Amino acid sequence: MADPLNILDITHVTKRFDFQDTKIVALSDASLEIRKGEFVCLIGPSGCGKSTLLRMIGGFETPSEGRLAMWDTPIGAPGPDRGMVFQDYGLFPWLTVSKNVGFGPAARGRPSAEVAETTKRFVDMVGLTRFADAYPHQLSGGMKQRVAIARVLANEAEIVLMDEPFGALDAMTRENLQQELLEIWKRTKLTVIFVTHAIEEAILLADRIVVMSPGPGRIVADERVELPRPRDPTDPDFNALRRHFSGMLGHH
Amino acid sequence: MSARFSRAGTQNIALALCAPVLFLIFWHFSTSGRAFSLIPPPLDVGKQLWDLAFGGVWDDLYSGTLLEHAVASVSRVYGGFLLAAACALPLGMLIGRVALVRAALDPTLQLMRPIPVTAWLPLAMIVFGIGPTSAFFLVFLGAFYPILVNTIFGVRNVEPRLFEAAVMLGVSPSALFWKVVLPASLPSIFTGLRLGLGFAWVVIVVGEMTGVQTGLGAIIMEARQLSRTEIVISGMITIGLLGYISDYLVQLLGKRLLRWSPQHG
Repeated sequence: MADPLNILDITHVTKRFDFQDTKIVALSDASLEIRKGEFVCLIGPSGCGKSTLLRMIGGFETPSEGRLAMWDTPIGAPGPDRGMVFQDYGLFPWLTVSKNVGFGPAARGRPSAEVAETTKRFVDMVGLTRFADAYPHQLSGGMKQRVAIARVLANEAEIVLMDEPFGALDAMTRENLQQELLEIWKRTKLTVIFVTHAIEEAILLADRIVVMSPGPGRIVADERVELPRPRDPTDPDFNALRRHFSGMLGHH
Repeated sequence: MSARFSRAGTQNIALALCAPVLFLIFWHFSTSGRAFSLIPPPLDVGKQLWDLAFGGVWDDLYSGTLLEHAVASVSRVYGGFLLAAACALPLGMLIGRVALVRAALDPTLQLMRPIPVTAWLPLAMIVFGIGPTSAFFLVFLGAFYPILVNTIFGVRNVEPRLFEAAVMLGVSPSALFWKVVLPASLPSIFTGLRLGLGFAWVVIVVGEMTGVQTGLGAIIMEARQLSRTEIVISGMITIGLLGYISDYLVQLLGKRLLRWSPQHG
């Protein structure tokens, strides 16, 4: 059956939505195996089902057909083991940075000394020590996304699901956060599933790039990125890969 | 930096005082010294207000009674308001979050909402008798709807993303109300409380106008029958000041509780 090294097994998953009396196929017969510690990018134009797939892994949607399993156990409701980082952050505006980061451990009834220690560690890790007592509306977009990342890490997520997390940020902030994310990934050996429509971002970050295509949404390619890290977007090999995926996605 | 702030502050106070001062001047020159003015000049009103508050000018039936009337009105306003909040907050939360309760109660409440509070007065007098209880009931009714409507709005309009985030972080469905719904709807609830308290002050005067012995509405009505217009205006000024102070206190509380909200903090 399933490979015991797989943290995630997605087998023949189809997702249909009801839309004004017609069934829309958001994702058709998708299969994917993901190993622990892998950094996987799902890439494709809008309507290719990449976010739907991510939301099914998160437990926010249920598949119409097929099976999603984590450590060979079927995925049910959302839970702390699969931390989600949303593009619009989803921070609790009434809580400070610290309280947002400590929200998960506190909600799960961890002792307060442990919550405080965990909170401090992850607020420091994302470089927001000085802003620990600030409220979300006082932060920039990049800082908010740091809080959102720290929040799932503090909650002992095994898989971090990221839905175009840097899509709303300016280029400079995005580059910084990409580097920080790679640092954190290297240090923690988390499994990251990262949805994006930016080819360069995918090549910069991923061990594997899963290319998806719309109408109906499906997986069309699944390729390893063998470039050594740290990767340099001005490198000719990087460029060759960019051309390769660009051709696959149909814009030249 | 601080010097500039305080200068801006002084400037704002000066600007805010412009309108009332101009109005006082206009009032003074259009009423003072005329033999048959029905509206007393501002200085007479000032004298009357002083007599109402401390006595020693006219020494009549009204001298030094302002505190008694103010306390009576304030206690009815806050009593009715607190009772309204105690009913409207839980009811609003239930209507907002429980579909069954919404289907059962919302149409009736929406149907009764357009009825002006003042239209309830005759009925209130029949049910509660002529006296302070009717006034108390009207205040309750006046404060009830703003609190209810804003509470329903607040708990219904929680960003769905926040539920997803909370569940993903391990909040159990039964804890969502306390962890997400309540804090997220606090700004709306607060707006409702502030509006409700404002309405309570509007309604108190109508409530006290029939058969109530004490209260600012009562002396306004009584003084009108005696053609003591200075007392009528003094009562109006007192209500204005008390309403302003009570709104200011609520706003201070809001600034403390809603520091996180860009609209309040």
